[in-house]
Amino acid sequence: MLRYAFKRVLSALPIAFIAVTVCFFILRLAPGGPFDSDRPLPPAVLANVRAHYNLDETLFMQYVLYIQGVLRGDLGPSMAFYDFNVSQLLAIGLPFSLTLGFTAFVIATAVGILAGMVAAVYQNKWPDYALVIAVMIGLIIPNFLMGALLQLYFGVYLRWLPAGGWVNGSILHMVLPVTVLAWPHAARISRLMRGSMIEVLGTNYIRTARSKGLGARLILARHAIKPALVPVVSYLGPGLSYLLTGSIVVEQIFGLPGIGRYFISAALNRDYGLVLGTTLFYMLLILVLNLIVDLVYAWLDPKVRYQ
Amino acid sequence: MLIGKTLAAGVLAGMMSLAMSSSALAVTLHMMNGGDPASLDPHQVSGDWENRIVGDYLEGLMTEDAQAEAIPGAAESYDVSDDGLVYTFHLREDAVWSDGEPVTADDFVFAFQRLMNPETAAGYAYLQYTILNAEAINSGEIEDLDELGVRAIDDYTLEITLENPAPFFLQALTHYTAYPVPRHVVEEHGSEWTRPENIVANGPYVPVEWLPGSHIHSVKNEQYYDAENVQIDEVMYYSLEDLAAAVNRYRAGEFDILNDFPADQYAALEQSNPGEARVSPFLGVHYYVFNHNSEKLEDVNVRKALSMAINREVIGPNIFGTGELPAYSWVPPGAANYPENAFSYDWADTPYEERVEEARTLLEEAGYGPNNPLQLEIRYNTNDNHQRLAVAIAAMWEPLGVQTELFNSEVAVHYDALQNNDYDSIGRAGWLMDYNDPINMLELLKSNIEYNYGRYNNPEFDALLEESATELDLEARAEILAEAERIAMEDYAALPLAFYVSRNVVSPRISGFEDNLSDIHRTRWLSKSED
Repeated sequence: MLRYAFKRVLSALPIAFIAVTVCFFILRLAPGGPFDSDRPLPPAVLANVRAHYNLDETLFMQYVLYIQGVLRGDLGPSMAFYDFNVSQLLAIGLPFSLTLGFTAFVIATAVGILAGMVAAVYQNKWPDYALVIAVMIGLIIPNFLMGALLQLYFGVYLRWLPAGGWVNGSILHMVLPVTVLAWPHAARISRLMRGSMIEVLGTNYIRTARSKGLGARLILARHAIKPALVPVVSYLGPGLSYLLTGSIVVEQIFGLPGIGRYFISAALNRDYGLVLGTTLFYMLLILVLNLIVDLVYAWLDPKVRYQ
Repeated sequence: MLIGKTLAAGVLAGMMSLAMSSSALAVTLHMMNGGDPASLDPHQVSGDWENRIVGDYLEGLMTEDAQAEAIPGAAESYDVSDDGLVYTFHLREDAVWSDGEPVTADDFVFAFQRLMNPETAAGYAYLQYTILNAEAINSGEIEDLDELGVRAIDDYTLEITLENPAPFFLQALTHYTAYPVPRHVVEEHGSEWTRPENIVANGPYVPVEWLPGSHIHSVKNEQYYDAENVQIDEVMYYSLEDLAAAVNRYRAGEFDILNDFPADQYAALEQSNPGEARVSPFLGVHYYVFNHNSEKLEDVNVRKALSMAINREVIGPNIFGTGELPAYSWVPPGAANYPENAFSYDWADTPYEERVEEARTLLEEAGYGPNNPLQLEIRYNTNDNHQRLAVAIAAMWEPLGVQTELFNSEVAVHYDALQNNDYDSIGRAGWLMDYNDPINMLELLKSNIEYNYGRYNNPEFDALLEESATELDLEARAEILAEAERIAMEDYAALPLAFYVSRNVVSPRISGFEDNLSDIHRTRWLSKSED
């Protein structure tokens, strides 16, 4: 298992390198630069700014300088935020994105698995139908609309929950953003779980367990859950990386200080350093998460382990 | 030095504990401030959202009153020489930074030199080019910073010499480019001097917490000379770019002031919170640039026809939705040092149908018609309002037989194209005046200026602007500028469409918020009642 993990980590490094390279040059292909706005800078000032950010070097030299910086652990300056560099911005925003993403992930996974099991056990009865409706709502309504609706209903009309803000991560402030983030994932997970559970419940070994007189609960707990989880787990890796990256809209709507919004704003501002830094960071995160999922997968499914 | 530091720490700690111990009683203003501040350094900021924070913690020689008119700030009084070139400012001798250090003339000299130093790369330095040698230093022609026309006579007397007399100079001193910076802190902490743990203030508030993407938290500066008249104890400036979400949070009672709102929610806000959404004239113009390098637009009558055929009366009420006034001139109404209604097109009052007829005739005379239609491209930056306007204008030009293509791109790409004159014929732009004087508007059409996206070039117009710079008599100067505006407008140098309005939502619990032409509302003039 350790050797497997080590091999996977090694193979991730060239992927990261290629991705940063591609990202670096694609960014520069886009027209417009970080200092184009409705207020152009006087030429002398522009020359100084460009020199400050190494933009007066050749593109290749800029690339070399950037990679050298990254290898030293320096993600360089942000071109839109003067008072913080890219590493500082990521360090400040990261705890918020991670807290939000992981909370939503845990809740979505727990709710999704539980709901999927209930639906499978009560197949084609009312709990199953109720679940279908909840799933549909979660999948059909886009998160920016869901966010605004929840904000309006619980924040403005009922006044039960704050409509936005973070305020030291108080639980009340997290309810709405986590709900918006978690809902569609809980929905997908519950569908996967329902399907695979129904399949598992129809297999021979479950029939054997029933025929030797095991109770329904024991069968579920001891024999059905683990094999039914396999397709769910393979979804969790991409699901988690999606939750950690997919909070852009939620951060915008609820005014949360995470790093998801840098993806969009930095790209629009042509803030090369911040785009690259954010991309690099998320890429590593996704590589690591996929690795973890693969390891869990091996643990769950003997067939993978013995290959 | 050590003593100074300990003292500073003590003062800061005292202030913080004061802020915390009184927080139960503290009056806190919750302000939706729009964008995320790029910096708190007055030489690095560029947005109105940054101005709101920076202008609450730093105060220039002159500052704004509730109407955003210039009043003495860090300077108690000033004298102006007879030729209008030398300003002598007398600083408040009791003024100190929030760490207890005195605010001296040297802090101002340091700040102006830093602003003009090309190494600072301050984007807005040009706003103070009226100061002697400023432009030469900023562009690197003069390397000795002491050549700048800003000089400390003694600790509390500052002398500023101008290149040319400028009636708007006092107003320009309220701008953040003219704020002092604390020399002792900047020299100690370098680019990190604006961090909450290092920053000091000479204005009514001092930032104590900064969480990028969320908020900046400032508390009242008890060292401020007018602190006794400052009612609000703490200010939260929230960064939030989703305006619809901002309105929701305002309605949920989480914000006291929104510094913008989506135009399409105006009607809904009027229903749910009558009288709280404020729309007020703002010194700025939405306009379309004519690309004067395009052969299609060479003929002044073509440009005239295009301008005449636009029904500006529908832009404010129906397209933007917040009642922007139609623009038949270049300089917005209410500009200082300028006659009211200096210019308006003589066809402005002609019924719209007749104007369209006349425009069609003009185009035909210029050789365009059904067999040879004029083909234009309107280029705009991606935005709902700009899109609606472009669609409407294309429809207004259609009866003239003009075929219009729309081309949109994100803002950086758009302005890159405009600045490089790399666009077909028509480009969307807007200008909010940096200070209240017509020269700030008219300079956009001067031949050698970066902002002249259309490359309009009329030596007569340029000469008038040059002439105005040396004219001491305000009325004579106004006449010269009005003549310049007339020439540019009759040349159809560009196509003014509508004048900006400012949009704010202000809770009834806030008083002292006065609508004004610059849309500047310093927190020191506001008060909040708890209910």
